[in-house]
Amino acid sequence: MTISSGASTDKAGHSVGPPLWLLAELTYRCPLQCPYCSNPLDFAQTEKELTTDEWVQVLRQGREMGAAQLGFSGGEPLVRPDLEELIAEARSLGYYTNLITSGLGLTEAKVNAFAAAGLDHIQVSFQASDPELNNAIAGSRKAFEQKLKMARAVKEAGYPMVLNFVVHRHNIHQMKDIMSLCERLDADFVELATCQYYGWALENREGLMPSKAQLERAEAEVNEYRAQLEASGCPMKLIFVTPDYYEERPKACMNGWGSLFLTVAPDGTALPCHSARLLPIEFPNVRDTHLKSVWYDSPGFNHYRGDAWMPEPCRSCDEKDKDFGGCRCQAYLLTGNADNADPVCSKSSYHDRILAARKAADHATVGIADLTYRNAENSRLFFKS
Amino acid sequence: MANVLRFRRGFRFQWEPAQQCHVLLYPEGMVKLNESAGAILQEVDGERSVAELVAVLEQKFPEAGALANDVCEFLEHACNQHWLEVS
Ligand code: SF4
Ligand code: SF4
Repeated sequence: MTISSGASTDKAGHSVGPPLWLLAELTYRCPLQCPYCSNPLDFAQTEKELTTDEWVQVLRQGREMGAAQLGFSGGEPLVRPDLEELIAEARSLGYYTNLITSGLGLTEAKVNAFAAAGLDHIQVSFQASDPELNNAIAGSRKAFEQKLKMARAVKEAGYPMVLNFVVHRHNIHQMKDIMSLCERLDADFVELATCQYYGWALENREGLMPSKAQLERAEAEVNEYRAQLEASGCPMKLIFVTPDYYEERPKACMNGWGSLFLTVAPDGTALPCHSARLLPIEFPNVRDTHLKSVWYDSPGFNHYRGDAWMPEPCRSCDEKDKDFGGCRCQAYLLTGNADNADPVCSKSSYHDRILAARKAADHATVGIADLTYRNAENSRLFFKS
Repeated sequence: MANVLRFRRGFRFQWEPAQQCHVLLYPEGMVKLNESAGAILQEVDGERSVAELVAVLEQKFPEAGALANDVCEFLEHACNQHWLEVS
């Protein structure tokens, strides 16, 4: 995504552009239990979900501010009975509307009804390229077959299709099978995304993180496959997101805090990224705050804008405009202070924690059955109060 | 030049008032277009041939002179990116 040139300015004099990307997390309810789920650990404790009217207000305010991309996600957004209505509203406002789903609860009738309502694109997430492994990770016996069926229905209805695979040490050996499955399903884009280790995935890091050797093999396989696709003129595009744990510099998380992305959680909490909720920062709620002041005025969204907040080593670093010091959530989870440099950076004094995780990945023995699965019972163990 | 081009399914071209430019929207992504790219893509309708498209643009921007080379170059790029396809 390209960055917009801003019209407004924050306190430190940095220009703040509009939120071009709005992520509507409609619900945390989901029939699956992926052990790397990006929902908060204590999701089962979440307050009442926004009503249809409240979501419509959020969509209108966001579009007015300039948001162009809209994602409906969750949890599983399909459990919301008003999804079709929200799609129609979003599309009439001019959003490009993306539905991010596990495919569970989807039917051919819904695929077609959503198309009629103006849905632009459906992303279906898979857990693996074969039913056994897929269903073991998803914690559901029928998931895989349903996903295949829905992927076919999505293409049949004429949508562009993104297939998303979360990649980890238990399925990374399937890379070739995964890519050829996607080609057979006629996917337009394929996201092969290794886990980001927050929330559930951090709980399960040792059982999820691939070893360096696994990763290198997978990268070579993806590159080879990509070259084949290009040579044959196939438009399927492969996007491989490798784990930042094997980098020496952090990623420019969310393209900078509060610069492009605005997430609204099921209970109306507005966040600069979907995991920011775990930070010890207060975030506004769209129930009582207009999206405009959420974005431009709230202390939560201004907290890490610009670079005045940075301690060393970022403060005097000449790369701070490139990566903004990395991910605040990762800094918080691994160093205990969200202001610190992301420990992925080799200049961080906590970088040894990343090195230790790499080492552990070389010898990990955690099996699929040993992972902590995302379900209400496990979630209650994480309640803060 | 006789080819008729159209947007690939899932690619939407529109004007964004907040950004004061045309954009191309596609699954989870967006390309901001500069003025000339916007002007060319605005004429892609799945009916006109590339030659007709060039003629329309030359008429619209007489001060720009002959446009065939620039327009074709950009359209080739757009096809290579799989934004457009031959209909
Ligand atoms: S990651 Fe898995 S468990 Fe979490 S919302 Fe998505 S499908 Fe459901
Ligand atoms: S020190 Fe900070 S700004 Fe510099 S590269 Fe590392 S994380 Fe980025």
